[in-house]
Amino acid sequence: MSAGRMSVLAVHEFGYWWHRYRRTWRGTVVISIANPLLFVTALGFGLGQLVDAGNSAYLHGGSYLDFVGPGLLAASAMQMGFVHGAGPVFQSARPGGNYRAAVTTPMEPSDIFAGHLLFTAFRATLDSAAILLVLIIFGAASPAALVGAVLTALAFAAPISAYAVSTDRPAKLTAVFRFVIMPLYMFSGTFFPASQLPGPLRELVWLSPLWHGTELCRGSSYYAVHLAVLIALILGGFLAGRRAYTRRLTA
Amino acid sequence: MSAAVLVERNLMIYKHTWYVLLAEIFEPILYLLSIGVGIGVLVGTVTDVPGGEPVRYAAFVAPALLATAAMNGAMNETTFLMYGKLKTDRTYESMLATPLTERDVALGEIGWAVLRGTVVSLAFLAVITALGLVRSPWALLVVPGAALIAFAFATAGVVVVTYLRDWQDMQYIQLVMLPMFLFATTFYPLSVYPRPVQVAVQWLPLYQAIELLRNPALGILTPKILVAVLYLTAMGALCLVIAVRRLGRTLAG
Repeated sequence: MSAGRMSVLAVHEFGYWWHRYRRTWRGTVVISIANPLLFVTALGFGLGQLVDAGNSAYLHGGSYLDFVGPGLLAASAMQMGFVHGAGPVFQSARPGGNYRAAVTTPMEPSDIFAGHLLFTAFRATLDSAAILLVLIIFGAASPAALVGAVLTALAFAAPISAYAVSTDRPAKLTAVFRFVIMPLYMFSGTFFPASQLPGPLRELVWLSPLWHGTELCRGSSYYAVHLAVLIALILGGFLAGRRAYTRRLTA
Repeated sequence: MSAAVLVERNLMIYKHTWYVLLAEIFEPILYLLSIGVGIGVLVGTVTDVPGGEPVRYAAFVAPALLATAAMNGAMNETTFLMYGKLKTDRTYESMLATPLTERDVALGEIGWAVLRGTVVSLAFLAVITALGLVRSPWALLVVPGAALIAFAFATAGVVVVTYLRDWQDMQYIQLVMLPMFLFATTFYPLSVYPRPVQVAVQWLPLYQAIELLRNPALGILTPKILVAVLYLTAMGALCLVIAVRRLGRTLAG
């Protein structure tokens, strides 16, 4: 059993999730698309009226909708990455889960992981494109932001899958959401520019993957740096995940 | 009262998962910090507030976040957690084999939701006081206010839970709660909306809940509080009657 190899068999795992999605996609629309769009409306238009009246120098003359739109796109991509990497991976690795069944076929644990991650990328592309389309209509984002959104989703999904496949308690995943994902959401430049953070926090924001994703979605001129950070996280998460999957599913 | 036994049971369970309640306080505080240092700087002060005196943006949002936390805590208890006990674990069926009745189950869960709403609001009040966002002793009214909000939404939650067919139906609850959170003047005053929308928003229970806490938190007593008290009391009482009846039928059927 060499887990180092990856084969076209990953397509089968992708096919499993695709099959499920085809039957249940209606239910997912609410959470993954309606949710961020409601935020864009309430914050971009409602709160935007207050912010734009204040005419803050921090926004460099742009409207609050232009600022918060790409931020919410990246933030929802992060949540998508977490949601797909935590719960379903945890469930699938349990007795009765689909990973347990898949591993008795010619598929290797690394194929299962790659196939699942591929599906997450597919979902992230689809859902982000829907949100982005609305932002583009309001002139609040550019089509290139799709790359930033999909990479952000994967930069969270890959490492969290590695963790979720090996943990035994779902409460730990909930804790990660509340104590890691939520703080990142609040302080990574989604709702206000990171330059407004007090002293040391302003430097600390470099450690936030979401901030890199947000900057990419806003079309930052340092895009090469942000790209590199996200790709490094995806690769690191992928290597860790492949090991964790092998350990968990061949034991 | 035998419903108290159920409250005691919940207390015993939360002894092991108390950090769930901690997270419930942690989250609005995060929002508050993010808003205080972030959005607050962008907005400056909010001028269109009860009393007319401009307030810091964080002081404007804080009571609304508390109202939302009380609502979510109560609803979470009587929808998500209760559904598990009702359909998955069948906890209530074993309870009914004891001298407990369906009525005790409903009253016990609602009583527990009110209790936890009160505890969460006390902790939150301490935090906003420490952040210097409280300017009048009237702010103490947010504690009974949060208890009333918890009561109104807990009873509504029990009614809702009797209609759920499976776990997927939970998303319909989200579909109502999230827009309400975003649009019920949590983040900006009612005057942002055109007139017809204002009227519609005023009918939302969360709008009334926010009025109930925002006015005293800003140190103002207006008849609006009375309207909110009446609204939420009526909502809670009505839902309580329906809840006891429907839960009885669900558990018997």
